[in-house]
Amino acid sequence: MSPDAPLSRTALHPNHIAAKGRMVPFAGWDMPVQYVGVLAEAKAVRTAVGIFDVSHMGRLYIDGMGSGDFLERLLTFSVKNLKAGRARYGFLLTEDGGIIDDTVVYQQSAEDGSKERYLLICNAANRESVTTWINQHMTGFPGVSMTDFTIESVMIAVQGPAAAALVDSLCVGEESPSSLRSFGSMSQMVKLGADASLVEVFIGRTGYTGEDGFEFVADADHGPALWDALVEAGATPCGLGARDVLRLEAGLRLHGSDIDNTKSPLEAGLERFVNMDKESFIGCEALKAQQERGVTQKLVGFQLLEAGIPRHEYTLFNDEKQIGEVTSGTYSPSLDTGIGMGYVFSEYSVLGSHIQIDLRGRPVEAEIVELPFYHRPK
Amino acid sequence: MSEHPSDLRYTKEHEWVRVGDDGTATVGITFFAQDQLGDVVYLVLPKVGSTIERDSKMGEVESVKSISDLFVPVSGEVLEINKDAIDHPERINEAPHDAGWLIKVKLSDETELEKLLSSDEYDQIIAS
Repeated sequence: MSPDAPLSRTALHPNHIAAKGRMVPFAGWDMPVQYVGVLAEAKAVRTAVGIFDVSHMGRLYIDGMGSGDFLERLLTFSVKNLKAGRARYGFLLTEDGGIIDDTVVYQQSAEDGSKERYLLICNAANRESVTTWINQHMTGFPGVSMTDFTIESVMIAVQGPAAAALVDSLCVGEESPSSLRSFGSMSQMVKLGADASLVEVFIGRTGYTGEDGFEFVADADHGPALWDALVEAGATPCGLGARDVLRLEAGLRLHGSDIDNTKSPLEAGLERFVNMDKESFIGCEALKAQQERGVTQKLVGFQLLEAGIPRHEYTLFNDEKQIGEVTSGTYSPSLDTGIGMGYVFSEYSVLGSHIQIDLRGRPVEAEIVELPFYHRPK
Repeated sequence: MSEHPSDLRYTKEHEWVRVGDDGTATVGITFFAQDQLGDVVYLVLPKVGSTIERDSKMGEVESVKSISDLFVPVSGEVLEINKDAIDHPERINEAPHDAGWLIKVKLSDETELEKLLSSDEYDQIIAS
């Protein structure tokens, strides 16, 4: 992507401008980083309900007979044994086991097997590399096709302890979205606008904040009215700034910062999203070999014991020895300290041990802690 | 309408100075600066009693989004620092020109005040 290329706009761009969202370039899109303030928005999600425009993320249908077999070959988790409506999180890997992208895949096939379809959500910045990778590997699967419908649709994350009640109140179907389990999904009709017209919305019980929540996918045409209806029902518009704070507190990795195609799921501490026992997938052999010899570096989470915020590319030390680098960091409002993630040599990844971070020339003490930093109250 | 009161003096590093009658000055960061920074969460200020030189670094203000150096707008001795703002950095966002002040300085060279900007001049700088 050329840095001079004009920024793409989601269908919700007019809503952000009307709400005085502060717009910034992100992965080629003009996106709101905040409306009133990062901390107020993060608090809304932790205590009530917030909404995020995540329409910049890639939405791909993988369709046709054999699409399950095809995805099984590309993904680190089993797709074929996903029950109708269920979703899973995992990775597309290079042959070397590096993470091309992390994705959520929803099973949308007909239960009687008459139709196969999967919905794959990828990161905005990786949409091109993911679609290219998928196309490159489609030979041998003549029945499979891919449709990128990112532009024609919107995606809105509705997150927070009050999300379920709010989402239920908007839906008119018999089955309420609050009956969904985590990583379940359904299609629902939502009443929108002055004429209360019914609009179909795909709803998954997924998110990137560490709270209960849902993600909506709907036609781009209906996006602005859907966003307005959510705001009217009491949701707080939240920008990318709050999203980053919330996902970091929840220990969720960000592709491009915490994971990329030079890091494997084993190094990133994400082996629970890799099923080595299922049929072979691209990158599986490399991971098995890596598992056997052990990883030399590991992603850790750390909490600062003094004031300050660790930021991307700050150096991590053990005494005088350089042991790694911060991949992402922020101020955690839930813990009222600086928190971060980064890779260190495996021998320094022990929970409870102390490391030092160079905060612009000031060495600051931090403790390696278990991820996530934040657990939502049960 | 400007957010920057006309009775204050400003620097292009986005600090304001309020001159007292007794050869002292109060220093803070501007409305524009706090708005650009977003939620301020940490503040590092010079020690009370220390001597600070115009244009040198005197501290840091850190928001969720970024960290910025604070520069000395007028030389002198630090008489007082805003401990309330250190404990409650949100004061800087809530009231940057009042409760969110940073330090009080005993001026060592009052002619430096002439080098500061008026609110109109400051508004022109941030508008360009």
